[in-house]
Amino acid sequence: MSGLLAVYRRELTAYFQTPLAYVFLAVFGFAAPAFAFHVGRFFDTNRADLAPLFDYLPWLLVVLMPALAMRAWAEERDRGTLEFLMALPIPLWASAAGKFLAAWSVAALAIVLTFPMWIAVNYLGEPDNAAIATGYLGTLLLAGAYLAVGQALSATTANQVVAFVLGAGAAFLLTMAGLPFVLAALGENAPALVTEFVAGLSALDHYNAFQRGVIGLADLVYFIGLIIVSLALAGVLIAERRGGGR
Amino acid sequence: MLVADRLIKDFGPHRAVDGVSFTLERGEVLGFLGPNGAGKTTTMRMLAGGLEPDGGKAMIGGHDCVADRLEAQARLGYLPEGAPAYPSMTPRSFVEFGLRARGFSGAAMKRACDLALERARLEGFASQPIGTLSKGYKRRAALAAAIAHDPPVLILDEPTDGLDPNQKDGVRALIREMAPEKAIIISTHILEEVPAVCSRAIIIARGKLLFDGTPNELAKSGPGGGVENAFRAMTMADNPVEAAS
Repeated sequence: MSGLLAVYRRELTAYFQTPLAYVFLAVFGFAAPAFAFHVGRFFDTNRADLAPLFDYLPWLLVVLMPALAMRAWAEERDRGTLEFLMALPIPLWASAAGKFLAAWSVAALAIVLTFPMWIAVNYLGEPDNAAIATGYLGTLLLAGAYLAVGQALSATTANQVVAFVLGAGAAFLLTMAGLPFVLAALGENAPALVTEFVAGLSALDHYNAFQRGVIGLADLVYFIGLIIVSLALAGVLIAERRGGGR
Repeated sequence: MLVADRLIKDFGPHRAVDGVSFTLERGEVLGFLGPNGAGKTTTMRMLAGGLEPDGGKAMIGGHDCVADRLEAQARLGYLPEGAPAYPSMTPRSFVEFGLRARGFSGAAMKRACDLALERARLEGFASQPIGTLSKGYKRRAALAAAIAHDPPVLILDEPTDGLDPNQKDGVRALIREMAPEKAIIISTHILEEVPAVCSRAIIIARGKLLFDGTPNELAKSGPGGGVENAFRAMTMADNPVEAAS
């Protein structure tokens, strides 16, 4: 446990010692409301809910979460500090979890920055605050899933740009998988089983369930499972390096 | 304290370490010598638990470096090749990170950290980001992190590489100071370092152990005497072209 906490603390400090966290928070804090107001037409919908925000957040997360995740292992490999980290008496799962939780904390802070919009809808009308709360929970879980996948892919390379492109690509695929036109195209050309499988992978479907104010067991299992599998994958990829290419 | 038992490591078709065996006891300072690419760093990485051997066994304090890695690593201080450190951290926070990961906290951590920074002679620079420090101070920050938890075994991969003569003296003095209570391995290709700090020397070349004895014995073993002649005779013996030039 001391290993996990030490890594968490170091990683979190590292985000704030470099401009990364500040740039990230500023971009997120600016882009999230900008999407909601301009693309989601927050005022024109005349509805007191945060749908204009929640509808576009996944697309923002597709780009921004990999940016937060890309350094996780690629930077350690590039700078040689992985050698130092691997010589510490801490299990790899603790390093992977510490890194993930630190990145997730920064992401949570960014999501908190959209709270003024929640206050605004309460000022303007009478929204379903329970649905908004579960919407935020879904956003946090979606962000966590993209981060975990991005960090696992970061373990495959010593190049942060490659890690970012891989992470954004994976997040994009996870998000696209559930869109009607993708499933329709698949439905015409692939067996039903494949279409069903791809639909099941869709992060967007599970995310949308939270926006309706429902916390479904299947949706929780999906996100938490994706996070745990990705962290385990990162651990396996790094452990593989001890083998030295065996 | 430390056992290398017929260690083997292959990288693809290339055998980097080929059956290297030795043991090290408390109070010994072992100079690990060999030409570039001889397998020094690979052997040290296997002992440090950063690389798993393809054959043989590495043990620290009676704990297997693979099967019982965390216990072995808890007894080890390791300075990796090139002394990697996080550039955005200060030497103090870097040393504290290592200590926290090893379960230190509060006053005990502060005491251990202060002592390590003092021993590595970093006091004046302990609060500057490592990325802004010179190569010598960066190396000392990594050295401080390696010794901070007062481990019984130290593995230092080229601890004096890139240091100026005064800094080299400082590091050698520190190693001599710690020598009585620890088992220490230092790799180097600066041969004059061997009689100055080591109580024992090992030469490896092409992954094989060629010599294991005191620096005196090493000096006597070569033609014309001297550690350097012995080293050259041994590491070039199976390479007549290089030996002739």
